[in-house]
Amino acid sequence: MPTEELNQLAIDRTRGDFRYDVQYQYDAGTGLTHQTIDYIVDAKGEPDWIRDWRHKALDVFLSKPMPTHWASKDLENIVFDNIRYYLAGGQKPSRSWEDVPEDMKRTFERLGIPEQERKFLAGVEAQFDSEAVYSNIKKAVGEQGVIFVGSTDGLKNHPEIFRKWFGKVIPTGDNKFSALNSAVFSGGSFIYVPPGVKVKHPLQAYFRINAENFGQFERTLIIADEGSEVMYMEGCTAPKFETATLHSAVVELVALKGAKIQYVTVQNWSPNVFNLVTKRAIAHEEAEVKWIDCNIGSRLTMKYPGVVLKGRKARGEVVSIALANDGQHQDTGAKMIHAADETTSNIVSKSISIGKGRATYRGLVHVPKHLKGCKNNTECDALLINSTARTDTYPAITVRGTGNACQHEASVSQISAEQIFYMQQRGLTEAQAMSLSVNGFVNDLVRQFPMEYSVELKRLIDLEMEGSVG
Amino acid sequence: MSSLKIQDLHVRIGEKEIIRGLTLEIPKGEVHAIMGPNGSGKSTLSKAIGGHPDYTITSGDILVDGESILGMEPDERARKGVFLAFQYPMEIPGVSNANFLRAALNARQPEGEEIEAVDFYEHLYEEMDKLEIRREFTSRAVNEGFSGGEKKRNEILQMAMLKPKYAILDETDSGLDIDALKIVSQGVNAQRGPELGSLVITHYQRLLDYIVPDVVHVMVDGRIVRTGPKELALELEEKGYDFIKDAIA
Repeated sequence: MPTEELNQLAIDRTRGDFRYDVQYQYDAGTGLTHQTIDYIVDAKGEPDWIRDWRHKALDVFLSKPMPTHWASKDLENIVFDNIRYYLAGGQKPSRSWEDVPEDMKRTFERLGIPEQERKFLAGVEAQFDSEAVYSNIKKAVGEQGVIFVGSTDGLKNHPEIFRKWFGKVIPTGDNKFSALNSAVFSGGSFIYVPPGVKVKHPLQAYFRINAENFGQFERTLIIADEGSEVMYMEGCTAPKFETATLHSAVVELVALKGAKIQYVTVQNWSPNVFNLVTKRAIAHEEAEVKWIDCNIGSRLTMKYPGVVLKGRKARGEVVSIALANDGQHQDTGAKMIHAADETTSNIVSKSISIGKGRATYRGLVHVPKHLKGCKNNTECDALLINSTARTDTYPAITVRGTGNACQHEASVSQISAEQIFYMQQRGLTEAQAMSLSVNGFVNDLVRQFPMEYSVELKRLIDLEMEGSVG
Repeated sequence: MSSLKIQDLHVRIGEKEIIRGLTLEIPKGEVHAIMGPNGSGKSTLSKAIGGHPDYTITSGDILVDGESILGMEPDERARKGVFLAFQYPMEIPGVSNANFLRAALNARQPEGEEIEAVDFYEHLYEEMDKLEIRREFTSRAVNEGFSGGEKKRNEILQMAMLKPKYAILDETDSGLDIDALKIVSQGVNAQRGPELGSLVITHYQRLLDYIVPDVVHVMVDGRIVRTGPKELALELEEKGYDFIKDAIA
């Protein structure tokens, strides 16, 4: 194993808790009204259809109640009037790091993005607050007809593909936060992979929040045309502010017949971020969609990646790891909507709760009566580090019909004092013993992450555990 | 000075005093055995030496080469060279034996240094061969799904890799069939030498046929009541613990 190379990747990234002062050309101010929408549309120079779309979405957002009848009451602590909805430097995304404004470039260099790009990526998009400041794709990949641009660029320059799918997987009114995103979205990626093209290396986006009282609302749309394959990875960080920050993304994936999409997230938000994200895919006939999701940090994360299995023999998978440290609530899970015969879905979720941290698993699996040959497997395991930690599981599985199969397993375990003593007796400190135990608990899932990310993940877990002991 | 010394040790679990004034010295290079009936406090002694948080030492001292280890965390004691072969080794799900041993060895390196992977595996395979452990063992999770014999063999392997100064083997013979007992004993005997002091805790004489001690102590009700040469074990076997109890009474 090329250990040296991996060590270099795991550079100084202690939680992304740093910021540089940056001058913004565009600032929509605090609060959200229809004027805010017009400001964003004008600043971005978007066409009228999207202006109308945004205004309608704002009305939906305002009319929808907070989902606190089932979700955390902490949502009520988001003060929408105190948030800034659009902040941008005003420049177009550069194709070269040389042209990225110095402070933004320094930020991404510190996060190790240009280095990762050189080492193993087919393309990178780097978003700083509301807009991408860097976007580039390897020449050879671009020449195959692969499009990898920001959402603004996508809707302006590739409307024929963009409009066909935009908002179709996740309609505006899906939930309050998808409506909010639809009203004020900015940034995120638009990817199109032509039929039969298999993108060998991952495409990566990095979402960075730099400003205080800011809301980041990226919008990602990925379309893998028939028989194509693509892997997309996203990372996110923000500095630690006194006040709450909001991150509310919408991610839509479309895997056409026989296509394969893997979507990998490693988020490491600071503990002041409300992270409320809607992610869903449509898998057509014989297509495969796999969400690999790792949630570390944030104050409250609500995220349930889903797959609508629309075509015969489509496959959907969610592999997720959540780590809830003191004062954090990871409310995560998966949705699998079976809508065709012989579709299969697999959900494997592991959560770790530390201190007074809370992890919630919410799963929805739906197989209607008229379908045949559908299979679902759901496994959710929770690990509690202290007796003050909390975990809840809400699996909603409705599998009807006689020709369908479903399997569900859940477990809750605790790292015992005897196990820690045993490990300490071999010379490991208590923190090292905890860290190794937690890494062992998630090990089978971490192995499914691309190697570069699994190293990063292991390091992030070590960092979280260091602070949790003693 | 080169010894593991236990001086007038008193140990409680909760309110109950289990060890009641125990004194013992194991010089480097010697193998001592502690025999005693169930409930005499043998396992409590090993946990107390290891620094288990549930065991409160109310008075007395434990010295490693003259230095008291009472104020030290369990891991610090381990790095000072104290090793416990557990009666019931713990399972560590998802953590491979190789990773666990490497982490344990790295914890003994100076800050920022790590052992070389190649050297590590060379050393590991060598020790595994001595204990007749198969190669796929390295990638299995620590003790997970192991048979009793495999777990005990793993304890001895860890001991061989970590090279302690003083080893306490707590009922290492329990749960072993005769073949496993032979292999484990060979493993322990191979490590005997001037650099290691061992304390073998056992209920039965059987183990001492294979690991022949230099000194035998008999423990009853939290104290050493008799100390003698290896023949003492045979006498116990023949006459039973009641003979000792009667003798004290």
